[in-house]
Amino acid sequence: MLNSKLVSALAVAGVALIGAQSAQAQVIKVDGSSTVYPITEAVAEEFQKAKKNAIKVTVGISGTGGGFKKFCRDETDFSNASRPITKSEMELCKAAGVEYIEMPVAFDALTVVINPKNAFLKQATVAEMKTLWEPAAQGKIMKWNQVNPAWPDAPVKLFGAGADSGTFEYFTEAMVGKAKSSRGDYTASEDDNVLVQGVSRDVNAIGYFGYAYYAENTAKLKALAIVNPKTGKAVEPSAANVENGTYAPLSRPIFIYVKAKSLQKPEVREFIEFYMKNAAALIKEVKYVPLPAAAYTGNLEHVKKNKIGTVFGGVNEIGITIEELMKREAKM
Amino acid sequence: MKPLTTEQIRAVIAKGKFRDNLFKAIGVFCLAFALLVIVALIADMLLKGAERFTLDFFLNFASRRATQAGILSAWVGSLLVMLVTALAAVPLGVAAGLYLEEYAKRNWITNIIEINVTNLAAVPSIVYGLLALGIFVYMFGFGQSILSAGLTLALLILPIIIVATREAIRAIPAMIREGSMAVGATRWQTCHYHIIPYAMPGILTGVIIGLARAIGETAPIITIGALTFIAFLPPVPFSEIDGGGSAGLFDWVMSPFTVMPIQIFNWTSRPDPAFEVNAAAAGFVLMVMVLSMNAVAIYLRYKMRKNIKW
Repeated sequence: MLNSKLVSALAVAGVALIGAQSAQAQVIKVDGSSTVYPITEAVAEEFQKAKKNAIKVTVGISGTGGGFKKFCRDETDFSNASRPITKSEMELCKAAGVEYIEMPVAFDALTVVINPKNAFLKQATVAEMKTLWEPAAQGKIMKWNQVNPAWPDAPVKLFGAGADSGTFEYFTEAMVGKAKSSRGDYTASEDDNVLVQGVSRDVNAIGYFGYAYYAENTAKLKALAIVNPKTGKAVEPSAANVENGTYAPLSRPIFIYVKAKSLQKPEVREFIEFYMKNAAALIKEVKYVPLPAAAYTGNLEHVKKNKIGTVFGGVNEIGITIEELMKREAKM
Repeated sequence: MKPLTTEQIRAVIAKGKFRDNLFKAIGVFCLAFALLVIVALIADMLLKGAERFTLDFFLNFASRRATQAGILSAWVGSLLVMLVTALAAVPLGVAAGLYLEEYAKRNWITNIIEINVTNLAAVPSIVYGLLALGIFVYMFGFGQSILSAGLTLALLILPIIIVATREAIRAIPAMIREGSMAVGATRWQTCHYHIIPYAMPGILTGVIIGLARAIGETAPIITIGALTFIAFLPPVPFSEIDGGGSAGLFDWVMSPFTVMPIQIFNWTSRPDPAFEVNAAAAGFVLMVMVLSMNAVAIYLRYKMRKNIKW
């Protein structure tokens, strides 16, 4: 009796393997950045509701870089990215014959946060942030008054993004001047909630992460105003200050990259149209800064005219404003 | 040497008794501590997640709104992956264990295989994930599917099942084997009528402990590319597919999926603190799944042992 059970189990497994290659329902596959994930997730959720689940969408999180790897291997229909595509990724895609349309979807304000009980920090300059975070500071800059003599003789407690995240890459490039160049003696975590907890428990703590985590935890944290190097004025992170371009250099655009070949499929085209039409409202809901309406119609225009490629040339630029981005996209 | 006085003997005994009691106290303390930790963990998740324990939580897909988000795709995914894992790992593992104990000659090849099986049980799960990414996902072209995940976890628990099978078979007295063969049974008949039935309680325990480990695994599943947002279920066999036709019997194995640990991980790392409630509730559900699997193992072992009459 038992051996017949074994045999049938093996047979089932065997048939499963053979039947495996047969029909698959239409699925739109998305992967990439965890920063962009909440936006695409919200759009996918609403889209499936609107379509009564006739079109299926899956969204994965494997980071901007991991997402591009899959995208350039022709495994996904579009990729979430918290930075523009890099040169090496462009080459990968080119080698695989993957062509894409770049679509900026929103702005994020990288937010430097401190404890709400911190009385001495009102604002900080990029130079001060550099002193605090540059690799040379490791083991040396341990007290606040070493950064600015006006600040007290109190220990500095640092919290920041883990080295694999796009946030870390952008913050170090914007503050220290070189991507991924940072001191190592700070509490690093890929899980931003760990950083939220850390900063909210220590008066002398300072940390950074995406605006959404600050916006959901305003009772526990205070956002630090950063001095705009161009105007010399301290600006707090907010939707308005990102829109008018004054919160610089920590404002960054975030993107989706859509495969040109996938856009020939009606369901992908429909999803992208839905995405661009509903993005503004949904993006506000998940605490990012939407682009002006012209940006979304511009993206759809690019789809119609099949404008392939990137406007960044494989370089991650610091402190680009919405206005500049719009101009550049329009020229394409 | 002078003989000890009565007082001295009493002192020695008292010292011994004190040490005895001390050791007992330490033992009880350790046990209580271990129990307390798990009870506290479960109670904490239960209390934190209490408000989410509604039917909707089990029947809703993931959502950006914490109160509407549910674990439907996650628990269905976990169950289906476990099904594939069990179908692949149990026959292979039991057959391998049976072969090593009953058929294999004692030589250096067998020894090497034995050492390797034991060592495999200690390989970190992420390594299995990387192996599976190369072999199942790309080489065999199974993609990021339930099949790939199930086979990956099957590899992971195969050593556990092999070792458990061998232990169970070794516990059967040699006289059973000899008696069976003495009345003219072949080796296979001996295995079929005696060895496997008598080893079954031990094998089942091993299988279920293996599956209970597999259901909580996250790293290898993330490596092979399980999804975070997926708001549909794998196709039910013979159901209608949009766009005509009906699903094949085994279409579900190629479907994209997510599992409970990934859903929990995603919820703990979201900005909105309301999702922590969801994570706690889902964590509790996962604990219940694992504990009830263990309970089934204990029950089956008890039930089957009772039926063995030597």
